[in-house]
Amino acid sequence: MLSRTAENLYWLARYVERAEYIARTIDATLRVTALPAAYIGKTNEWESALLTAGVSASFYEAYPEATEQNVVEYLAFSSSNPSSIKNCIEAARLNSRSVRTALTSEMWDTINSAWIELQEVWGKGTSSREELARFLRFVQETSLRFDGSAYRTMLRNDAYWFSRLGLHLERADNTARILDVKYHVLLPEEEHVGGPLDYYQWTSILRSVSALTAYHWVYRETLKPWLIADLLILNDTLPRSLASCYSNLVRNLDQIGVAYGRQGAAQRHARGVRNRLEHSHMDDIFQHGVHEFIQEFIADNARLGEIITKQYLI
Amino acid sequence: MAVAFDEMNGPGGDLRPAYRELSRWLKETPPDALEYRRQEAELLFRRIGITFAVYGDAEAQERLIPFDVIPRIMSAKEWAVLEKGLKQRVRALNMFLRDIYHGRDILRANIIPDDLIFQNPVFRPEMNGQSVPHDVYVHIAGIDIVRVDADNFIVLEDNARTPSGVSYMLENREIMMRLFPDLFARHRVAPVERYPDELLSALRSVAPLSASAEPTVALMTPGVYNSAYYEHSFLADKLGIELVEGRDLIVKNDEVFMRTTEGLKRVDVIYRRVDDDFLDPLTFRPDSALGVPGLMSAYAAGNITLANAVGTGIADDKAIYSYMPEVVKFYLGEEPILKNVPTWRCREPKDLAYVLDNLSELVVKEVHGSGGYGMLIGPAATKATIEAFRDKLKREPEGFIAQPTLALSTCPTCTASGLAPRHVDLRPFVLTGSKHVTIVPGGLTRVALKEGSLVVNSSQGGGTKDTWILDE
Repeated sequence: MLSRTAENLYWLARYVERAEYIARTIDATLRVTALPAAYIGKTNEWESALLTAGVSASFYEAYPEATEQNVVEYLAFSSSNPSSIKNCIEAARLNSRSVRTALTSEMWDTINSAWIELQEVWGKGTSSREELARFLRFVQETSLRFDGSAYRTMLRNDAYWFSRLGLHLERADNTARILDVKYHVLLPEEEHVGGPLDYYQWTSILRSVSALTAYHWVYRETLKPWLIADLLILNDTLPRSLASCYSNLVRNLDQIGVAYGRQGAAQRHARGVRNRLEHSHMDDIFQHGVHEFIQEFIADNARLGEIITKQYLI
Repeated sequence: MAVAFDEMNGPGGDLRPAYRELSRWLKETPPDALEYRRQEAELLFRRIGITFAVYGDAEAQERLIPFDVIPRIMSAKEWAVLEKGLKQRVRALNMFLRDIYHGRDILRANIIPDDLIFQNPVFRPEMNGQSVPHDVYVHIAGIDIVRVDADNFIVLEDNARTPSGVSYMLENREIMMRLFPDLFARHRVAPVERYPDELLSALRSVAPLSASAEPTVALMTPGVYNSAYYEHSFLADKLGIELVEGRDLIVKNDEVFMRTTEGLKRVDVIYRRVDDDFLDPLTFRPDSALGVPGLMSAYAAGNITLANAVGTGIADDKAIYSYMPEVVKFYLGEEPILKNVPTWRCREPKDLAYVLDNLSELVVKEVHGSGGYGMLIGPAATKATIEAFRDKLKREPEGFIAQPTLALSTCPTCTASGLAPRHVDLRPFVLTGSKHVTIVPGGLTRVALKEGSLVVNSSQGGGTKDTWILDE
């Protein structure tokens, strides 16, 4: 297939995944900030939402203060924030238009309808928490529909694999960012002195990767920070864990390698990261430092993006 | 201006046979049901994303062309005449182009003045002596046809460069079949859906000799911001070929390749929807970012077929248009089946004098204009507009032609105040491959939605209709 088509499919999937992630971040933050101050302490959760979205620096160029209104506006609707939900959906539609021939009509319809709704219903933003909740649901449903229609209607060929590469690479990056911002509340068993404050931080983390229920099913335990770290980093059964993202990345890259009859740097690099995750243990990671581990992962993940681009997309 | 010929209610208000069933159906169908279907159609168009862009209109970067749900109907007999005339016309266009870029018999026979060719900016000296596979220059032609009475089809314009609109012909039919299955059941409408197949086989048939047995065809678009981008992606999809932009292509050793995830892949035929000027920055406009450096040298080496060929603009130029009846006779030795609109060439002093004396009754067009821009419609213009135009015309008479205002035929159309006649034209699409000239029965009917208006261009408030050719 055309390199440009592959590139568009890859970015299309990334934008849709990113829009959903931003929506989840806002949603999780709304829930934490709705709690009485005694439960969440003095930290500014909106500040940390900006950090997990990776747009803190650019935010302060436009706004003086990280209030709910400012942050929601910036994350959801701002035209000047390249990663705002609005811009993600617009970029997704532009990418879709460029590769219409590679999309199934269901996928196109999902993106195009979302783009129309974005303009017609959400053109002026939201004016209440209820409206905001409806908007966030709309974004998450768009992403689910898109993902589902891709899964159910696309031919299993390189077009599908490139779009999955974008999805998993973006997802891995998002999960890693949450961990990067919140690593200080994820402590190993022996150091743990948890209060109610941390408890709500933990639920918030799980919620932003839609893993609150999953946690209980996997561990059958009350919330323990080291188990949360284990779930998000090493548990292959959780779709948003780093381990799961890399299983998928390795598989999709292998499929491309087989179809093209050639393996390359992307396959080798992805397998390297996956092997490291597979052979890691939370104890070792805590010993080595969660922060360092995550930082290294983020860099490795970005590196994979560069290698894929060089190998296939240009 | 004479009273227009209505295609449903002919002269004297007699219902014409092709419309018998439709008329009965319209009487049975309550008006609000039509309105409901119209809204449904609009929703479908938007969801599918069938839009076009209007340049210089920031407000509406993507707009819908209004769709009128009342079909335009022609009998098999009417179509047979039209089809024959179109094939004749396109054969002549191809022979004319071959001649102009080779022996130039027609110039030596003094049928067309030399300067009209050689001083014409759309004449491409690069094409002199260049052979093209099977001598086909215009693989896809969109010939604009109007009617003024029951018997005569008149060619308004030959579009021989990159004619657009065929996606509307196909999508209009799809949507009509979804909305009005009962109405189709009451007619025998000739299908149009084989157009993409016929286009693909025409394109493959003209692959260069150096191509493999299974030539690779690609559709080249200026990109997602082009006004006809939807059509480009639609056609690429229906043909099952790659939709490429200039940056996807690269020329090596006079061969054209596309960049794929598996490396470079040779391309043999490019159905290009990019104008000549932008094809190759080394040959044409050096500032073109849409083109492919070296494409013209691969073309000269005979390793790539461009459809349509470079330089076809000389055949659909409005100044050349007026010579088309002679062109048909010269190459084919036949009487032209389709008429021309009588045309005054303002470059000729006698014609210019007549035009200047009768501006308020004529349509004056720029020789190189398109899209309905820059023209004067005398009967509809104010005195001041006419005077301003008169100055322009005097300054540069060779830039204009003039034609009488035709009483374009009308068809029943949904309007705010119920069904009413509106003026229409028709663009059928004529395909030329190595062996055959083919036309799917139908075309794009454009309708001027404003009462009395004769301008059907989508950029100026025109809409479209499905065009039905009855099978019996």
